[in-house]
Amino acid sequence: MNKIFLIIQREYLTRVRKKSFIIMTILGPLLMAGLMIVPIWLTMQKPSVQKIEVIDESYLFSDLIPEKELIQFDYPGISFNAAQDTFYDTDYDAILYIPRNILEGGKTIKFFYKKPIGVATEEYVGSAISKMMYDVILAHNKVDIDAIRDAEVNSRFRVLSEKLETTGKSKKQDAGTSMAIGLGAGVLIYMFIFLYGTQVMRGVMEEKTNRIVEVILSSVKPFHFMMGKIVGVALVGLTQFLLWIVLTFALYSVASVTVLKNIEQKQIQQKDQILKIGADLKYMDMKKIEKPDAVTQIWNDFKSIDMGAIILCFVFYFLAGYLLYSAFFAAVGSAVDSEADTQQFMLPITIPLILSLIVAPYVMQEPDSSLTFWFSIIPLTSPITMMVRLPFGVPMWELALSMSLLILGFIFTTWVAAKIYRTGILMYGKKITWKELGKWLFYKG
Amino acid sequence: MQNILSAQNITKRYATHIALDDVSLEIPTQSIFGLLGPNGAGKTSLIRIINQITGPDSGELFFMDEKLSQKHIGQIGYLPEERGLYKKMEVGEQALYLAQLKGMSKSDARKKLKYWFDKFEIDAWWNKKVEELSKGMQQKVQFIVTVLHEPKLLILDEPFSGFDPINANIIKNEILNLREQGATILFSTHNMGSVEELCDNIALINKSKKILDGSVKEIRKQFKTNVYEIEFSGSMMGFTNSLWTFGKLIEHTIDGDRCKAMVQLVGATKSNQLLHAVMPVAEIYSFKEIVPSMSDIFIAKINEE
Repeated sequence: MNKIFLIIQREYLTRVRKKSFIIMTILGPLLMAGLMIVPIWLTMQKPSVQKIEVIDESYLFSDLIPEKELIQFDYPGISFNAAQDTFYDTDYDAILYIPRNILEGGKTIKFFYKKPIGVATEEYVGSAISKMMYDVILAHNKVDIDAIRDAEVNSRFRVLSEKLETTGKSKKQDAGTSMAIGLGAGVLIYMFIFLYGTQVMRGVMEEKTNRIVEVILSSVKPFHFMMGKIVGVALVGLTQFLLWIVLTFALYSVASVTVLKNIEQKQIQQKDQILKIGADLKYMDMKKIEKPDAVTQIWNDFKSIDMGAIILCFVFYFLAGYLLYSAFFAAVGSAVDSEADTQQFMLPITIPLILSLIVAPYVMQEPDSSLTFWFSIIPLTSPITMMVRLPFGVPMWELALSMSLLILGFIFTTWVAAKIYRTGILMYGKKITWKELGKWLFYKG
Repeated sequence: MQNILSAQNITKRYATHIALDDVSLEIPTQSIFGLLGPNGAGKTSLIRIINQITGPDSGELFFMDEKLSQKHIGQIGYLPEERGLYKKMEVGEQALYLAQLKGMSKSDARKKLKYWFDKFEIDAWWNKKVEELSKGMQQKVQFIVTVLHEPKLLILDEPFSGFDPINANIIKNEILNLREQGATILFSTHNMGSVEELCDNIALINKSKKILDGSVKEIRKQFKTNVYEIEFSGSMMGFTNSLWTFGKLIEHTIDGDRCKAMVQLVGATKSNQLLHAVMPVAEIYSFKEIVPSMSDIFIAKINEE
């Protein structure tokens, strides 16, 4: 036991001290924090106000286009040609040209710009004018605009799905958030298995090719040596993962003190404003304002999913899945003499992993299909598939079955791998075939 | 306890061939034992079995009269033929690690390493990475790691390969030293010179079978061919005639008036009779028995098979 601990310690320390480990550990959270902070930071960048000169030959919209923050409209009342001639002498960002026959066909409005004005502005102006034309046309035809507006507002609804528990209570759930959590966890496990599985394989190959393995095997049993390496590398993975989480949250909280504070205040101000305006509006519109924004929505979904259970399951599938596959990776590393020879053995090992990622979208669409069931039970695919499926709710017995099969699975693969490892690690200069590997299973120690 | 290691009827089979076929060995305590044989004869297989890296298909091993088991690992030191260390690890750290795997405590290992590093004058390497050392330097480090835990049985597979003559000599002296201190050394080699110089006993393995074993002295006596080398001046013709029924001339060289002849005794002739016979016709400078070298015995024995 003491010797296994020594091996674990060496595997762990030599890897954790490596420059590449330290760089990855620091870069990871920076990237993640960047992903969270940059979009927020971008929205805070105040673009300058765009001034648009409106040349309205139809005289339908003069002084009427609703202004928006950062977009101002001016109606100088000059001719189109004059506006074009003087454009570069003015500080306008663009000319908006509305032709006389806008209501009749040939419906084109045109922007002329110095520098591109951006899709958002174009779309805003387009839809504002379209809405006004809609009203104008209805008014022309003597239709009650208010009645139509009412109908429009009243016919809106949201789609919500809630799980009805056997206790009679129901849980709100938004499929989008579940999908994100499940898929994220699945992809993480996939990455972890690949990243650290290949590290195990490389480590084994290194020991084999530089022949130190023979010295070590005269001190410890092959199985202990293999397990020491696998566990040591697993601890490296866990360390990196934990450091990522801690550092990410640290970075995020530092950022939120400085950057996000401003945003929150701004949001509160905006809400106050909206509420003031809201007071003048009809009841229906009030309700619309009270609807939680997207971020709060996702947060509520997070709370409705049992995050504790998911994190526990994640750690379990994360470790058990890694243990299952790393034994195979160790066996492959022991069987070959060079990296190039690993290909033929790697492919069959990685197929179940890749397959479970490929079916992930289907699993999310049909969390109760039999394909989903089997993929989340069979040990080779269950670590990823079960994580994808978990946020949609999995019966207790299926989870228990999947977990115990995974444990049995990794005991079995470790046993098989140890047999191959034991023989392969001392076998040099021989091209190994599958048939050969099969024979090794039956060699005596 | 006369034998530190006794292997009885060891057989090891692989899928396509037999590596060891009913091989038995007795290695006397505090001796140097040479395990000889051509490449692929099964030496490494046997060494791995003694190190418990692999197990035999049949047969038993005894270490100091006890059945060989994991608890003996700390009393055996092993230097494999293909040397290797972790290239990216520092020398001192690596030596400590390997010593601890053999069951030494960290402080004990550190103390002993200090002694050996001083002795070999390689203190300065402690914090260097292995890949920064030359191949010969790495071999020195590996030799230290092998003997550090003061094993009772030291197994050295081709210990001199990769060393320059000076370092090979240092290692040779260390081996003799270790025997003085009570260790038993089992080493496999192709270098027959070192066998004659160092080994007390040998076993010769060929095609997975043991074909010869015993003490080096005995074996050389057993293989002696009664050939004498005689250096003399005088007539080669007269010399040849004088041999008469005592000896048979195998080969001769003439260098001016100096001649050198190889003569094999015929029948029950004694060496003195031969000397008497040739003395009247030649001025003798030297008269010496030619004992077959281990190399000759090795080749003769392998070709016999």
